Amino acid sequence: MLSTADLKTKIEAAIPGTTLKLVRESLLLENPNDLLKVARFLKESDLGLDYLSSVTGADYLTYLESVYHFYSMAQKSGPVVLRVRTDRQNPQIPSLTALYRGAEFQEREAYDMYGIVYEGHPDLRRVFMWEGFEGWPMRKDYQQEDSETLEMADVAWLENQGVKVPEPIKAKAEELEKQGKRALAQKPGQPEPQ
Amino acid sequence: MTEKTFSLHGAGDMDTQTLEINIGPQHPSTHGVFRMNVVLDGETIVSLKPVMGYLHRNHEQIAENMSYTGSMPYTDRLDYFNSMSNNFGYAMAVEKLANIEVPERAHYIRIIMAELTRLVNHVSVIGFLLNDLGAFFTPVLYAFREREKILDIFEEVAGARMMCNYLRFGGVKYDLSPEVLARIAGILKKFPKFLEEFETLLTKNEILCMRCQNVGVLPAELAVSASVTGPMLRASGVNYDIRKADNYSLYERFKFRVPLGQKGDVYDRYYVRILEMRESLKILEQAVKEIPAGDIMSKKMVPFLKSPRNFKPPVGEAYARVEAPKGELGYYVVSDGTAQPWRYHVRAPSFINLTILEDLCIGQKVADAIIILGSVDIVLGELDR
Repeated sequence: MLSTADLKTKIEAAIPGTTLKLVRESLLLENPNDLLKVARFLKESDLGLDYLSSVTGADYLTYLESVYHFYSMAQKSGPVVLRVRTDRQNPQIPSLTALYRGAEFQEREAYDMYGIVYEGHPDLRRVFMWEGFEGWPMRKDYQQEDSETLEMADVAWLENQGVKVPEPIKAKAEELEKQGKRALAQKPGQPEPQ
Repeated sequence: MTEKTFSLHGAGDMDTQTLEINIGPQHPSTHGVFRMNVVLDGETIVSLKPVMGYLHRNHEQIAENMSYTGSMPYTDRLDYFNSMSNNFGYAMAVEKLANIEVPERAHYIRIIMAELTRLVNHVSVIGFLLNDLGAFFTPVLYAFREREKILDIFEEVAGARMMCNYLRFGGVKYDLSPEVLARIAGILKKFPKFLEEFETLLTKNEILCMRCQNVGVLPAELAVSASVTGPMLRASGVNYDIRKADNYSLYERFKFRVPLGQKGDVYDRYYVRILEMRESLKILEQAVKEIPAGDIMSKKMVPFLKSPRNFKPPVGEAYARVEAPKGELGYYVVSDGTAQPWRYHVRAPSFINLTILEDLCIGQKVADAIIILGSVDIVLGELDR
């Protein structure tokens, strides 16, 4: 198996125009649009990385990242770690599902948790969270809803269903509405070193 | 109440209609709260969409708000049949991250526990598969009789039968006493007899053969491209076992073979699991015989047993994977130098092996979809996370 630095030169020589950067033991692809070309090279060249073990997202506050772990089943070699960065506002990365079927559910999961849109994915829907859920739960700035406190929208829905909402709960919901706030749970703090 | 109107798809002309039904989420054959959205033409499956997330509790986010050691008991709850293997993968990932050496005896103990877990898993999975086939609970009870004996050992060693929480970064929590080793050796003596009995009942059983052979065939190329791992991959004839490919822990010291199937149908998946149990027994016999004396915890990690929140791995990332009974279980951990992981991801085999469920089921009958799902071997705790 080649070292990461050798692999970088090999890929850059084979696909002109791609630029890679070494990040620890992995390769960072500078331009996300080259991802399909690079993945195809990894799969079809003599590297034979036919097995995409893991696809996942990560949030680094200023950008989102998609991380890929490739192995070779035929040569029993690996891993090659490839990472692609994209901005938080409009995160778009090409999908690898056409090349590796195994990416199908994993890209759906990364979309579900981080909101990374994998372009060209055949069926990009939420996988764990329900349809109509708003927000991206694994992003670092995600604020969890407080399930104990009701908001005005909840009260209206309940009353529409014919449920009688107790007055104190309703008053609290109205107050939140007045202040323009949402019912959010407190984030667990950093643990204190002992 | 508003009045609701229903319209039937295709009503009014004489075309054949397809029927859309939900199998699950509350159905005994779905092995938990899992739903299959199936479109049927008569009894033949036209399309099948798995719907999951009913047991989702965002394990990854919880782990990111917790100390490293704090997630160890939570990994038990991923695949609650195989808590020891789950601990193993997570411990390996953090050891890689913080560069911790594991003593030899601890490696042996881990391998013994991982292989015992494999016996527990495979034996129960075959039982449940037979349940799905309609052999109501007799094979399961045969299987659970043996499983209980192994769970008793887990209880004696770790204090719990299913949620073991036994491994620590740099070793294991408690040592194995000579009595426990003798009891494991006793199980190893009796288990082959049980397997023979089990096989006499099942392997050449006409009903089992008729229901399982040539059903849900998974071609090798599709299996590789869809990242299918574990017994399911090997039943399709692909020789890939992470114990051999990565040689993690001390697996290179043990002599065992990797059983392969030929066709990749449900029957092969059943039989590969039977053969894998025999190989696990071989590993266990060698491990129990050769286990060395010595420490069970790395000296570097002993202080952190009492103050886990002081454990701060250096900045970096690690991906470690083990051959869990259901397939490749991977943990991706990124450290920012604090006491909590910045990113923690579980690559769950139950989840990814389901990618090809639709391909396996199209063209089969509804009853076959049930056993195909049974042969994939899923656990919802791990699938939904």
